[in-house]
Amino acid sequence: MEIYTLLGFVLILSIYLGLELISKVPSTLHTPLMSGANAISGIALVGALVLSTDSNLQSAIAFLAVLFASINVFGGYLVTNRMLKMFKKK
Amino acid sequence: MSIFEDITAIQNIIYIVASILFISGIKMLGKEDTAVKGNFLSAFAMFIAVLATIIFIVDPVILLGGILLGAIIGSTIALKVKMTSIPEMVALFNGFGGLATFLIAWSEYNSIPDNYFQYLLVMVTIYIGGVTFTGSLIAYGKLSEKLKVAKTSIVTKIFTTIFYGSILFLIFSILLPFLPALGFNFFTVLLAITLLGGIGFVLPIGGGDMPVVISLLNSFSGIAAAFAGLLLLNNVLIVAGSLVGASGLILTVIMAKAMNRSINNILFVGYASASKGSSSEEQGEVSPINVADAFLILESASSVLIIPGYGMAVAQAQHVVRELGELLEENGTEVKYGIHPVAGRMPGHMNVLLAEANVPYDVLAEPDDVNPIMDSVDVAVVIGANDVVNPSATEEPGSPIYGMPIIEVHNAKTVFVLKRSMSSGFAGVQNPLFFKQNTRMLFGDAKESIGGLVSEFKD
Repeated sequence: MEIYTLLGFVLILSIYLGLELISKVPSTLHTPLMSGANAISGIALVGALVLSTDSNLQSAIAFLAVLFASINVFGGYLVTNRMLKMFKKK
Repeated sequence: MSIFEDITAIQNIIYIVASILFISGIKMLGKEDTAVKGNFLSAFAMFIAVLATIIFIVDPVILLGGILLGAIIGSTIALKVKMTSIPEMVALFNGFGGLATFLIAWSEYNSIPDNYFQYLLVMVTIYIGGVTFTGSLIAYGKLSEKLKVAKTSIVTKIFTTIFYGSILFLIFSILLPFLPALGFNFFTVLLAITLLGGIGFVLPIGGGDMPVVISLLNSFSGIAAAFAGLLLLNNVLIVAGSLVGASGLILTVIMAKAMNRSINNILFVGYASASKGSSSEEQGEVSPINVADAFLILESASSVLIIPGYGMAVAQAQHVVRELGELLEENGTEVKYGIHPVAGRMPGHMNVLLAEANVPYDVLAEPDDVNPIMDSVDVAVVIGANDVVNPSATEEPGSPIYGMPIIEVHNAKTVFVLKRSMSSGFAGVQNPLFFKQNTRMLFGDAKESIGGLVSEFKD
């Protein structure tokens, strides 16, 4: 159980850190921030890659998890980048 | 130490480096000057985290194939999609992230959890991931206008009931190990009811409340990833997931504040039941105006404020609006854009549309910047916005939208309202702005009306 206490601590600290870091975001960046954060949530890819592939069902689940997480990662970062490039100063 | 342990140690160090890069990346993403770099940094963090994981990969052929296929599909969608379809794309990608965590938790359940805490994590991760997935798909359908289901329809009511049922079933599943054994496969039921529940979560929520829902779903996908990280004992998943959870939460709160409503009211009540006892039935004379007269007023104005709303997005009028703004500036008029945080269907929707039309972001102003100087504005041009410029919010304590921060265009010398008809906005509240002395209604399609003004200027 000790490991969970430690990781739970990491979880709470990270949420707090996130709230502190992003609290004052200009409204211009609301969409890019959302889209960029969305790409980061594709970190599930790292989890999907270590899933067991013991049975056919497990292999299928792992494959689909990897597939959808990586669509999230690639799509998310590219869309964010495209969007940010549009924002120009005069 | 064996070689195996060495690799694990190196892997963990890389995960920590990736976590730090994610933190810096998301921080930089929140500032205009560094946003592009921030996004790049977080993409790099993702790259090294995935690379460090591939070392341990169980079934390289299948899983690398999955990455490759995902990369092709994701990149194609991201590069081909029109910028005006960004809201629904973000919703779709978000849903895929949720689906991935849903599948991770499913797979972990099949590997038989060792202890109750793991079991609990599996249940919660399945639920959040699954609701994020189907909820985002419904948001995608609503944003792309492929899905039109009325809030009062029987279908919506059925799914809403399933949503509440799914919460009860989740609680039941969590308590199951303490209950006597059952004669049915509860887990399959949980998977199914979670996915259906996600539909019921988003289905009753109306278009104007989409910015809140989409931010919240964004937050959920992060929280689901963080829980999956606890389940897999993986620190980079926990850190990155928590950051996303936090940023989604901040956006949700910003959006709710911009509407002066609680998150609870937006998600579970909606405007319909809040508008009882509204006294805003007042009617009066509206003063219509035609394009030629509007042009004459604009031509002699020295400052113009443009307030875009969802109507501009629907009419795809952002390019002609930019053209009109440029012509006004050539004419010596000062042009600014007043952007309300919840105008449109997602956080920052108007900013993205105007950026797509090459409007520089330093002429975009927030309500707090434009309201104090509103009486010096000669003409405020409202393009397809309604609730965000409704003076009831400041003048009429009984109104459902009373207290919502608005762009106070009624204080400008003249107001042009571009609108297709006299219908009320998303909140279903009549807008007294249309009946004010200084308001002129320019009826018709926003793109055509603005186009008409543009050609008047060119002649």
